[in-house]
Amino acid sequence: MRVQFEPRPTPSLAAQVLAPVAAFALTVVFGSIFFLILDLDPFETLHVFLVRPLSSANGVSEWLLKASPLILIGLGLAVGFRANVWNIGAEGMFICGAISAGWFALAFGDGDHAWLLPLMALAGIAGGMAWASVPAFLKVRFSTNEILVTLMLNYVAVLLLGYLVRGPWRDPLGFNFPQTALFGPSALFDPLVGVYRVNTSIFITLVAVGIAWLFVQHTFTSYRMTVGGAAPAAARFAGFRDSHSVWLGLLAGGGCAGLAGMMEVAGPLGQLTGHISPGYGFAAIIVAFIGRLHPFGIVLGGLLLSLLYMGGESAQIMLRLPAALTRTFQGALLFFLLAADFLIYYRPRRVGRTGTRRGRGGDGAGGGAEAETAARQG
Amino acid sequence: MTPRLELRGITKTFPGVLANDDVSLTVMPGEIHAVLGENGAGKSTLMKIIYGALAADEGEILWNGEPVRIPSPTAARHLGIGMVYQHFSLFETVSVAENIAVAVDEPFDLPAISARVRELSERYGMPLDPDRLLHHLSVGERQRVEIVRCLLQRPTLLVLDEPTSVLTPQAARSLFETLRVIAREGCSLLYISHKLEEIRDLCDTATILRAGAVAGTADPRTTPPAELAALMVGSALPETHRDPARPDPTPRLEVRGLDAEAEDPFGTDLADVSLAVHAGEIVGIAGVSGNGQAELAALLSGERTLPADDAIRLDGEPIARLDAGARRRRGLAFIPEDRLGRGVVPLMSLRENVILTAHARGGMVRGGMVRRDRADAYARQVIDRFDVRCTGTGAVARALSGGNLQKFIVGREMELAPMVLVVSQPTWGLDVAAAAFIRQSLIDLSREGAAVLVISEELDELLEICDRIAVLYRGRLSEGRNRGEVSVEDLGLMMAGGAIESGATDAAGATAPSPEYPEP
Repeated sequence: MRVQFEPRPTPSLAAQVLAPVAAFALTVVFGSIFFLILDLDPFETLHVFLVRPLSSANGVSEWLLKASPLILIGLGLAVGFRANVWNIGAEGMFICGAISAGWFALAFGDGDHAWLLPLMALAGIAGGMAWASVPAFLKVRFSTNEILVTLMLNYVAVLLLGYLVRGPWRDPLGFNFPQTALFGPSALFDPLVGVYRVNTSIFITLVAVGIAWLFVQHTFTSYRMTVGGAAPAAARFAGFRDSHSVWLGLLAGGGCAGLAGMMEVAGPLGQLTGHISPGYGFAAIIVAFIGRLHPFGIVLGGLLLSLLYMGGESAQIMLRLPAALTRTFQGALLFFLLAADFLIYYRPRRVGRTGTRRGRGGDGAGGGAEAETAARQG
Repeated sequence: MTPRLELRGITKTFPGVLANDDVSLTVMPGEIHAVLGENGAGKSTLMKIIYGALAADEGEILWNGEPVRIPSPTAARHLGIGMVYQHFSLFETVSVAENIAVAVDEPFDLPAISARVRELSERYGMPLDPDRLLHHLSVGERQRVEIVRCLLQRPTLLVLDEPTSVLTPQAARSLFETLRVIAREGCSLLYISHKLEEIRDLCDTATILRAGAVAGTADPRTTPPAELAALMVGSALPETHRDPARPDPTPRLEVRGLDAEAEDPFGTDLADVSLAVHAGEIVGIAGVSGNGQAELAALLSGERTLPADDAIRLDGEPIARLDAGARRRRGLAFIPEDRLGRGVVPLMSLRENVILTAHARGGMVRGGMVRRDRADAYARQVIDRFDVRCTGTGAVARALSGGNLQKFIVGREMELAPMVLVVSQPTWGLDVAAAAFIRQSLIDLSREGAAVLVISEELDELLEICDRIAVLYRGRLSEGRNRGEVSVEDLGLMMAGGAIESGATDAAGATAPSPEYPEP
């Protein structure tokens, strides 16, 4: 007796919705065992990890503040992912958006300009898109692999930022720290509520969720890209052009990441430093997949990953656990998510010489053809 | 005498389908035993169980009277079972002998293998040069490689899965000669097919499968074909109705001197292909697969475009540069031979799949937005008119059976009311009823005034529905011949390369302004 996996004829909607929930539950179980091995009380640790961060107003503020860029980047990446355009360079695009927006902030930040913030937002989008256009051009023109190009450009962006904040853009009054001057007030978002750090840029993310939903559910462009991702031969058969998907997929990811970078420097940071992203560009890839590439799912995924970031910090502070724990949690979550994903499309079946007989399904001859197809795949 | 192979109560289920239902059959030594059945009747599943590629859920296998388990193809080979699959698994870049050497369970000794290949090919009348590189070989020769590979293992049971589906009628006959010699030497043959004629020609006994179960056993040489067909289909064979063609004098689709290098390194280059399809007629392109059909279909559909070339014209306008979408908007629809993944997106619903080709129609897309209600209405229309059995417009394409999926695709393209329809392998893998339905739909479309081009490997199909037939051989297309003026024999010869060279250069013949048909 052994177990075989066979494709499900129709993946159920319930399974698709429940998979992330089940994956999260399994991550919690995995975490509990992990904590037990480390000689920690799993309930207390999970409490510190998942509940405590949200038990204060400041905690909620920080939670939303971190979730916002994750969601925004995830939305942009999902546009490409759905078309099989694998952009893993959101980190670099985030940085480039921050640099472009930062230039305007540094140039005009002293005055009181109502147009400065919108201009910085546009600059952020343009910066991210410019960075994304490199792999897009190379892929369309020379068929380069966008995974490699986007990945490598991340390091280029980090080095570019490092050069700027250590060299030409360094704050002359900054005691030689590798950072720019603080942005003026007109180059910063207003706080949302009183003293907390969460700011009005969160509305940008909310609007982006709406636009992304409209795009995914209703536009023909999104339909074409989805076909291109799911069945390239069908896209060619229909006459949908591949190059459009590549350009749009990468530009959407770059624009969103660049805007998120602008929101970060015009928000909680208020200046450019050598380290402006705690890995948002990479974490957003997980966010996009937890959210099954759907805008509303991405919102939930962003909130979840943001909570894990904060839980990791709070576990470091309160329980003196290593920072690697956050990554372990993220990794476990992604692992279980992919496992659950597999079970959506495939189901296990025990096979052997003696099996239970099942009823006849479908019409005889037609159904048999399907069985032969299944057999050929198997 | 002890039977060579005996199956008792073999049952195999796949998700939602009973592929083999309590199947029993007996093969005697030296017997040529046919397993006859429609596509989807469970023949291939049964053969895979015999060859150890699949495990039965229930039932017993007796080999020379002893109960055996066959857990893998290796185990089957050790018992003495050889299998020739319908689709070959050969390496293009190496020689015949190397292909055989890697597949047999013995030391890699090329000179010895070559010698034995020569000996076997002589003994069984299958000319084969062991030193030739595989990609130079025709499909028939490749099949010989597969057969010789099996024979080297000295099998006592040889299973052949639809071996003639890739052969010309003449090549099929020479294969039969070989198979008779093999059987006379005591090797049993299990011969899987859905073609009645060849089973009557070759086999001693036939087990007929229908919907996974044994519908009957018969001696094919004495049983009337109609009776065999009735056992196979469960009813009388459906017939298509066909009015005489009244083609329009000017061609709708015209190809002139089309040369195209294949994109696939082992594909077939097209050379000087010319053809014309007029409104109101069906033109067929026959040929053994791999002679340029895939390349021609992609060029006609627009899946592959040519940079600057007016070799392909639609209503007199050059279209070779246009992609498939642009050609469809001008009235050229295409039905590809691959359904899942090319004709439809497997995991999308039927509602979403109509948007693939029908998006330009009926305001389905307005202002960049997809109107799903329109798509839904279109899908429902296709489902109703073409009798697509499914759970509704929300059914995922992958969940449909082959026949119903093809009806959906054909319906989707026909509802576009195309002026020109190019169809590749329209009934490949379909059951008899669905195939007849689709053939009739193609005939009806042409009689309503569309120009229809059918590319098919099934000669019978082309002879049934086409008004003119041309043959594609090594990338060259013969002159079109009127139906009724050409025999299966002629076509078979042309498919093997005879009598084509002269016809191919005579492009004027294929593009004659107004073909004339004999009165039926």
